[in-house]
Amino acid sequence: MSHPLRGRTAIVGIGNTRRWNAPGRTPFDQLQEAAVLALEDCGLRMTDVDGLFCAMSTSGLPVLNVAERLGIKPRHADGTMVGGASFLFHLQSAMSALANGLCDTALICYGSNQLTSGGKLASMPDPQPYEAPFKPRYPISSYALAAARHMHEYGTTRAQLADVAVAARDWARLNPDAFVRDPLTRDEVLASRMVSDPLTRADCCLVTDGGAAIVLTRADRARDLAGTPAYVLGTGIAVSHRQISAMPDLATTCAVESGQRAYAMAGVTAKDIDHLMVYDAFTINTLLFLEDLGFCAKGEAGALVSSGAISPGGRLPVNTNGGGLSCNHPGMYGLFTLIESVEQLRGQCGARQVDGVELSLAHANGGVLSSQATAILGTAATL
Amino acid sequence: MATDSRFDGPGPDAQFLQALGEGRVMLQHCQDCAAVRFPPALVCRSCGSPRLDWRASPGQGTVYSTTTVRDRAGDYNVALVELEGGARMMSRVEGVAAEGVRIGQHVQARIVAGDEPHVVFTLTDGAAE
Repeated sequence: MSHPLRGRTAIVGIGNTRRWNAPGRTPFDQLQEAAVLALEDCGLRMTDVDGLFCAMSTSGLPVLNVAERLGIKPRHADGTMVGGASFLFHLQSAMSALANGLCDTALICYGSNQLTSGGKLASMPDPQPYEAPFKPRYPISSYALAAARHMHEYGTTRAQLADVAVAARDWARLNPDAFVRDPLTRDEVLASRMVSDPLTRADCCLVTDGGAAIVLTRADRARDLAGTPAYVLGTGIAVSHRQISAMPDLATTCAVESGQRAYAMAGVTAKDIDHLMVYDAFTINTLLFLEDLGFCAKGEAGALVSSGAISPGGRLPVNTNGGGLSCNHPGMYGLFTLIESVEQLRGQCGARQVDGVELSLAHANGGVLSSQATAILGTAATL
Repeated sequence: MATDSRFDGPGPDAQFLQALGEGRVMLQHCQDCAAVRFPPALVCRSCGSPRLDWRASPGQGTVYSTTTVRDRAGDYNVALVELEGGARMMSRVEGVAAEGVRIGQHVQARIVAGDEPHVVFTLTDGAAE
């Protein structure tokens, strides 16, 4: 008996501004452009949107700001804010809202000017009084503490972390829209400036601007729209902590739970996945999510990556746009994982296209490994 | 309107800070499942019970993870220290070079007084590697 939400929702439109360095544009400008592109992609009108989902690091009331600018009068809305995973939380919420008739056309959208606003993570205040006296660099020191623990428990090496960055760069070199496309070697990553041990500058994601949006409808309606729908076969979310001291096990994330939920709804396992996107805010993320989502045993992701498996031509294509490490990272990157998954399922990826993608997994992370969300998308053949 | 007397008095953050100001590191122990929690909150993180007791911590811990923050003004340590019951605290280990802090080392708490009182740690003899 398949899950009642399996395949009931389709991503019918995608919008990506690809403006990674865009002076003079506000986060709302980026978001609005992406929304227009996503609706044009599927031939729907802005006035068709009756379900609005958004999160921004620069606005505490994004639903209000976005509805006003786009002229949307939502019957259903959700501004859940859990960092970069927010948009996959929104996806799960949108699936339920669409299936139950609370809305008919859902828009999930995001915009940021993180690079041109000064290169700092421009975000709303969320003070952590039990961390502040020790001046951890936010968020990298939290990820560094997780990386150090993973190295301690499993013997993961800095070279293996570096290979994650190199694999991402090798994919970015196949993507004309990636922000950074220069060649990158393991030695260059290892020689990069240390920021918070064991993570160097080159273990960190980019800082860019950007805007992204997707449009969703019920699957029965998707077939009548322009373009090729990507069907949502399963989703799962999980939250384990806010501050890194409260993470139950720094070497294992709650992607274990979000992944199990998504696989259960979709009725598939990691072995069935043809292509995956995992939110690589830092190189350690890719290792943690490959393990926690079941693509290798715990502790073995470093060796898997160093074998070349996730690089172009490898047996497990990961982060084929170049990821947050080399394509773009406007602060909350999650929606871009879904967009690349949809483009791979549609076969629109040019030189980086993976052959025969029928099942794609997109996974997003938020906070400091705090929130995890997994989505499994498929072509019509997987329904 | 009657309030629930179980929750009268200062909240958990204020109680922790007040004890710290008086020279005691206090942790919350669950009366129902014995879990120990830090940072402070109103309920047990393991079982959801609001029946938490404050108990003075002996301040003996183990480095759970560690990082050296590279800074122009000087590198410094940020560590997570595991205390009794598995409760973890972000802190720093003092009296040793930042890069000399290792996972598994045994440490002892010390309270730093001031406007923002906080707990730091020093290595103890027989530190494990």
